[in-house]
Order: sequence, then structure tokens, then C-alpha cells
Amino acid sequence: MKPPPFSYHDPGTVTEAVQLLASLDNAKLLAGGQSLMPMLNMRYAQPDHVIDLNRVEGLSYIREDAGGLEIGAMTRQRDLEFSEDVKRLCPLLAEAMPLIGHRQTRNRGTIGGSLSHFDASAEIPTVCTAVDAIVRVEGPNGEREIPFKDFPAGYLTTSMALDEVLKSVRLPPWAAGHGHGFEEFARRHGDFAIVSAAALIEAGTDGAITRVSVTIGGIGPAPFRVAAAEAALVGQAGSAAALAAAAEHCRDIDAHDDIHAPASYRQHLAVVLARRALEKAWTRVEAGPGEPNMGPTT
Amino acid sequence: MSEKRKLSVAVNGTSYDEDVEVRLTLADFLRHQLGLTGTHLGCEHGVCGACTVLVDGLSVRGCLMLAVQADGTEITTVEGIAPSATELHPLQQAFHDNHGLHCGFCTPGMLTTLLELLRDNPSPTETEVREAISGNLCRCTGYQGIVDAALDAAERLKDGGGDSR
Repeated sequence: MKPPPFSYHDPGTVTEAVQLLASLDNAKLLAGGQSLMPMLNMRYAQPDHVIDLNRVEGLSYIREDAGGLEIGAMTRQRDLEFSEDVKRLCPLLAEAMPLIGHRQTRNRGTIGGSLSHFDASAEIPTVCTAVDAIVRVEGPNGEREIPFKDFPAGYLTTSMALDEVLKSVRLPPWAAGHGHGFEEFARRHGDFAIVSAAALIEAGTDGAITRVSVTIGGIGPAPFRVAAAEAALVGQAGSAAALAAAAEHCRDIDAHDDIHAPASYRQHLAVVLARRALEKAWTRVEAGPGEPNMGPTT
Repeated sequence: MSEKRKLSVAVNGTSYDEDVEVRLTLADFLRHQLGLTGTHLGCEHGVCGACTVLVDGLSVRGCLMLAVQADGTEITTVEGIAPSATELHPLQQAFHDNHGLHCGFCTPGMLTTLLELLRDNPSPTETEVREAISGNLCRCTGYQGIVDAALDAAERLKDGGGDSR
């Protein structure tokens, strides 16, 4: 099995990459290669030009700023997995990281590659949906930001234009002491999730929930927020009954049948996994900041 | 049509300067151009893990990387694990002693993957070992012998039985 012949370009800057992408016909960007390389090997993808982003300067970083955590597109999944900043500022992402593929794929795979490929079952798009991430892209007319709710455009398709390059993603912060939970069901460790669920909870000093995020991945063309589940919890204490009742809203989701599971099974999983993710998040709210298994909180 | 590039790479301590076709995968480069056929190719789309090699010390799937991307790196393949032609690395010896292989097809990928694990985590639990090799398919052993070998190797390496790169 061999990739089809192509011309290879390895630009040193994003601007060069954008220029190449705008000027070459049938070009594909190559990031970590953990999706595009199999597609090349099997010749599902037959680009005339491959533009390799691995030598582009300044696309690999994890940075804290006022807007939360800013992550460069070519940051390897391995670096996210072991980053103390990620554990501290977006523990949901840290929890999802080891579920992505395997050590060998996380050593190469990037956050920008996963977002651009946009598999609906992938963990990174699910986390980005949960935290209302903001994606920054650059095209021939300059940079623009895309709120994550506008990022999906269909199966394996984003709203980035064909001549735009994903530069970074910003993960807005949740308050210190928030709870998080990421749960998924896959046939084997490292497989794409059949269904995944992400939950985030903030509570006031009186113990009432003030802010919730419930996201289901693996159902439909993109991960999505279950607004009814979120609304059901605001103002409540996180009792087992309240969390279970909120998770029940995930049963109403439109789901698809495929070789892995019928729609009804996916809907069932969505309820169960959402409940577990919410319970985990609530346990962490109650434990307060500095919960030992979340790493340093300074 | 077959565009080529210059590639400078160190494999198991030996430097190579080669012209490579840009579409050539790292695994095919190692096997066909350098003749290092210890790196095996099973699925060629990133599922089986047989082609795992270490690039600058990190495990990668050799079929999911282009050879040109390895320019300037140091690569360790299964041929580079043993300290000499007559001696096995403690991890290899542990595979031998614990029936960690039958047909041997997956073994190069298992060894390189576990070499990285034992370097980063010298005292792994059984769960950590199983998770580490979750991206390496073996159709012979049922994994038990491999897990035993990895845990045994961790003990041997702690006893000063050689470097783990």
C-alpha cells in the first residue's frame, strides 16, 4: 500500500502555508498525519500537493492568557496529555486525552489536526464543544475567529474555507473549583467512541448549580450540547436524582444506526454516560479545588 | 512524477544520507531503502502497531509518517535495541523467557512500544502495560505472555540489567 504520487511542500511560516494552499490545486494540509496518512495509504485521499505543517514555526504552544488557555494547532496530543497548564485550566481536556488513540498516535497527532479532520466521535471536538472553544484560522484575507458552535458544517467537515489554515484554539476558562467529567464507551481502548459525554458544573457557595455544560459526542455529524439537560440543573443541588433526571434528556437525541450500534443503543448510552459524567463532575465540585487526582492547582 | 528529496537521518546510531521519494512512508524507507526489515508492516493504516519505531525517543507508527518528515531525527528500530550481536536487551530476554512471542510478527512493535513505556515509567502496573500495548495487535499470545514479559523486564531493568534507552 503506497500513497499516490504528490508534490511535497514544507513551508516555514503560516503565511507561506496559506499562500501555497491558495495557489495550488487539490492540495491537502498534513499535520500529525494520524488521519491523513491512512487515507493516503489507502488512496481515499489523492491530493496533487501535500503541504506539511510540521516545519511551520510557532504553531506548537500551550499558553495561559486572559481568555483562558490558548493552544497552537500543531501542539501534539502527547504535550496536552502531560501539560500541567491543561490539567489546571482545562482538566476536562486532560481527562479526555488518554482516551485518544494510543501512545504512538498521540506522539504525532495534533489538536489542530483532530479539529480540522473533525470526526464526530473524536474526543477533542467533544471537549471543544463542551467549553465553547474559539478556533482561530488564517486565510488569504487574514485571520478570523470561529466560535465552536459555528465550527461544524457536516460529517468530517468544518466551516473553515478551503484556503484557510487552523492556527490555534482558545479554551475559555471555567471557574476554579468547577467539576468536570468525561466518559466514553468504545469497543477497545483507543477506538473512536461509539458515544462520549462531557460534563462541566459550577456551583455557588450555597451549593446550588450556577452553570452546566452537557455535551454528547459520537451521535450525529458533530458533538452537541444538550440544552435541556443543562437547563434542568441550573439552580438545583447536584443530587443523584437531579443529575439522573437531567441526563434523561439525552435520550431524545436524533441518533444514527451503523455497523457499530443501532440508534436506540446510542440513545441509551448517551443517557448513561451523561449521568456518569455529571456525577463525576458533581463529586469534584463537592471535593472543591485541589482535588488530588487533578494535579497541582496553583 | 516521483518527486525526491534529500534525507539525513540516524538509524540505530548510523547516519544515512539518502534520496527518498516524498510519498515513501518511514516504514517502507527503513525496510526497502535501508534493508532494516525488522520493522514489520501489518495493516499499513495505523491500526496494528507492528511498524512502531522510536523517533527521537518517542514511539510512532512508521506507516503514518513520511520518510521526509524524519529528516534530522534519530530513529531506533528493533535492530537497535540489543547491546550487541550476541546479547539480548533485558526486555528481549524477558520476552524470550516469558513466551512473549509465538510467530514474532508483532514483536518489533511490542518491543519499541514497551521500551518507551519502561523508560518513562520504570514501574508500570499491569493495567499500564496493557494500556501501553493497546495499539499493538498480537494474534498469537492472547497478550498474557507479553504483559508478563514487560513486568519481568521492568524488574530486570531496575536491578541494573542494562540501559533502556
